[in-house]
Amino acid sequence: MGANYDAIVIGGGHNGLTCAAYLAKAGRKILVLERRHVLGGAAVTEEIYPGYHYSTCSYVVSLLRPKIIRDLDLPSHGLEIMPLEQSFQPLHDGRGLVRWSDWEKTRRELARLSPRDAEIYPEFGRTMVQMARFVKPILDMVPPDPGSLDPRGLSDLLRLGKRFQNLGPDLQAVKYRMLTMSAVDFLDGWFESDSLKAVMSVSGIIGTFLGIRSPGTAYVLLHHYMGEIDGAFRSWGLSKGGTGGISLAIASAARSYGAEIRTESPVQKVLLKNGSSEGVVLESGEEIRARVVVSGTDPRLTLLGFVGEENLDDETVSALKNFKMRGSSGKVNLALDRIPDFTCRPGVGPHLFGDIAIAPSIEYLERAYDQAKYGDFSERPYLNIVIPSLTDPTVAPPGKHVMSIFVQYAPYHIKEGPEYWPKKREAFGDAVIDTLSEYCPGIKEAILHRHVLTPWDLEQEYGLTEGNIFHGELSLDQLFFLRPSPKMARFRTPIENLWMCASGSHPGGGIMGAPGMLAARELLRTRTV
Amino acid sequence: MPLQTPFHPRTSELCTSLLWKEWAGYHAVCSYDTVNDREYIAFRHAAGLIDVTPLMKYEVTGKDAPSFLARVMVRNIEKLRVGRVTYCCWCDDRGKVLDDGTITRWSEEHFRVTSNSPALQWLQRCARGFEVAIHESTDRIGVLALQGPASRTILAAAAEAEIEGLRFFRATTGMVAGKPVEITRTGYTGDLGFEVWTANENALPVYDAIMKAGKIHGIEPCGLDAMDVTRIEAGFVLHGVDYFSARTCMIESQKSTPFEIGLDWAVQLKRESFVGQAAILAEQDRGVARRLVGLELDWDDLERVFEESGLPPEVPRHAWRDPLPVYRDGRQVGQATSGAWSSILKKNLALATVNKGWSEKGTELMIETTVDFERKKMKAVVVPKPFFDPERKRT
Repeated sequence: MGANYDAIVIGGGHNGLTCAAYLAKAGRKILVLERRHVLGGAAVTEEIYPGYHYSTCSYVVSLLRPKIIRDLDLPSHGLEIMPLEQSFQPLHDGRGLVRWSDWEKTRRELARLSPRDAEIYPEFGRTMVQMARFVKPILDMVPPDPGSLDPRGLSDLLRLGKRFQNLGPDLQAVKYRMLTMSAVDFLDGWFESDSLKAVMSVSGIIGTFLGIRSPGTAYVLLHHYMGEIDGAFRSWGLSKGGTGGISLAIASAARSYGAEIRTESPVQKVLLKNGSSEGVVLESGEEIRARVVVSGTDPRLTLLGFVGEENLDDETVSALKNFKMRGSSGKVNLALDRIPDFTCRPGVGPHLFGDIAIAPSIEYLERAYDQAKYGDFSERPYLNIVIPSLTDPTVAPPGKHVMSIFVQYAPYHIKEGPEYWPKKREAFGDAVIDTLSEYCPGIKEAILHRHVLTPWDLEQEYGLTEGNIFHGELSLDQLFFLRPSPKMARFRTPIENLWMCASGSHPGGGIMGAPGMLAARELLRTRTV
Repeated sequence: MPLQTPFHPRTSELCTSLLWKEWAGYHAVCSYDTVNDREYIAFRHAAGLIDVTPLMKYEVTGKDAPSFLARVMVRNIEKLRVGRVTYCCWCDDRGKVLDDGTITRWSEEHFRVTSNSPALQWLQRCARGFEVAIHESTDRIGVLALQGPASRTILAAAAEAEIEGLRFFRATTGMVAGKPVEITRTGYTGDLGFEVWTANENALPVYDAIMKAGKIHGIEPCGLDAMDVTRIEAGFVLHGVDYFSARTCMIESQKSTPFEIGLDWAVQLKRESFVGQAAILAEQDRGVARRLVGLELDWDDLERVFEESGLPPEVPRHAWRDPLPVYRDGRQVGQATSGAWSSILKKNLALATVNKGWSEKGTELMIETTVDFERKKMKAVVVPKPFFDPERKRT
């Protein structure tokens, strides 16, 4: 049938590139097709304002699999990750809270809020690390199919079950709580300080359209601690040159193994014959054939977009439509002339080198969610801010800075309809800056350039359906062998020779690379390619 | 950045070696010289003055303070009389040690508890239903330990207080340099010694007065390294080195019971219930799985392992705390967790935790040692603790 390539990867995001690199390393002939002019997908660095390099979408590295770093020898391809050490929570009273890597210092900070919490904090961390130790292997395995009698899948499940049995009685209880509770309810069991619980609970809701009191959000807290036992210690960090640096390092590795990567080559559809994929058709009309097509885009775009509803069975279509995408966040990138003082802790000090969280209280976060539930963006949203130029001066001109602001909630489905977002873009940007001004009054005067991304922009420009940064919510009902649906959980789709390799598959979103690696491993193991 | 203790202006001026470390969030001197011999000798032959402010302190007050502490501690604190000090440990409800420290009864309803790691939350957790107040005073009170045979003479000269008559593990109050101080006859060196407690603002005059009074008696400012040698000679366990708080352990086997760390003598079981009592009783019935023992490393065997490499025998220049496996008949039966060369006893000492059956006095074990990059085993014998126990400590 004249396949030109062993595999075509749709989309040059970090997962597509990872998958391509592994396949190329195994000797396969690979082509990566990227719609945009730059590689990286949502892990991308762009110079939108001259001299200032924005990590436009995703802005910190979490859990990039150490195995990938080693397998693909990414450091030799330019990967450089700078640890993000501390976490600053500005507050209106007092000096705010900084959680440092120095534990005694953190204890003194926390003791100002609650002497009791100050001592519980490390215990909590230890429990989380213990739990994470049991969950972590899941990240590195292809999810089994619980409905099948495949002995390989069964033995995997059995091993997993055994592992969980080895948790002591205390941790068993913690496990069930984490699986069922909301982030706040779970934290209530440990801490008393409202502002501490607020800032800790937000890691349970990032990228989901849930509130910190929604059940199931406790589990996501765990992912935050996974980095600590991950074999690439201090794996939470900033990538040199922005998060695009990661994608470029992976692309460089892929090329070194012989993969071909084309930008500005948008795919129009998957070429089908008798319900099986034969390759792709580009928007230019060019047809490229391959034994396998691997999609690095989200499940909905892959199947409803490139394959088409008419070529799918009803069950698949409804599974895809019910897969929760519903983006809930936006992004504001700023070019700054200087870093203004935060009122509660003036000056440019080490407290600004980590992340800065505007999440002063539980009520604040609940109010933010309330507005979003009824179709508005939060007037006073949760902000997660980093100033990467403090750690990596290469991303801004000398003495100048870039500030990256993750904003939640900004629901894709606003009440006027998502296509109305462009008309609200600047008002949304204003709300973010107004919120920040309450803690950092000089910010407006320091802004040289502002770049606002709404969920609509994330969809239109970056191909993230409904603007969901994780290719589908990371909620328990959409993880592991349920991601994106039981039938598609093992990187396969109902279309023969069409596979998926990105965040919509197990184990999910974030700059992990795990879906890309696992898909490649499964493709090679089954000799599909 | 660690904090500075109220004595920092003096200690930093004296610490010409620049050898410091972080101790519970404070800067602490390791040794004032690059070697700690002079300080060690001061502790044992004259007097050493060491800043022990970072030790955590909690003031427990209120009507129920005695019954509350009796409930938390393995020892019956209700029986502790005013003006007395005791030492013990406290456990979680599974009878695993959380921390150890001293408890001083300053008045009917005022006790001070010291600990190695933060204990406020644990104490508060246990305080429900008791009429007590618990306040941390670590950063309000500076503490100096004056230890050594000359300590009594020096303190008697420096302080307006009843020092001559102050018996072992008793507490009193008085004045130094016109400033109010509290004095306990306690310490971590296993020698005659005192601890002087004072409000931060009085720290420097008190320090100066003691140093001045000690000058003719050979007082030396001392650091943690010298104290580490003396505490090993005294057979004192160190939290975080010889045992770990159950709060910080990742797995069960890392936790210890009071019996396992050799604090049997501090446990008072036959009384009203206290935290961990049931588990400790059960352990008593079941038998203790392992024991913390003193080891004396065999000198002849030490010479042998060095001789094999053609080297003269060497002894550790500092107290060590990197754990070493301990063997019997080729199988590991425990680990030595700290040790030191005792120049006063001329013995190579270690503290070790060994499995049941190998803790009897006189048991011969083998301990790992590294000579010229090569791992070897040499003989060590279980001996009673304390290794060094001078009469003057108590009299």
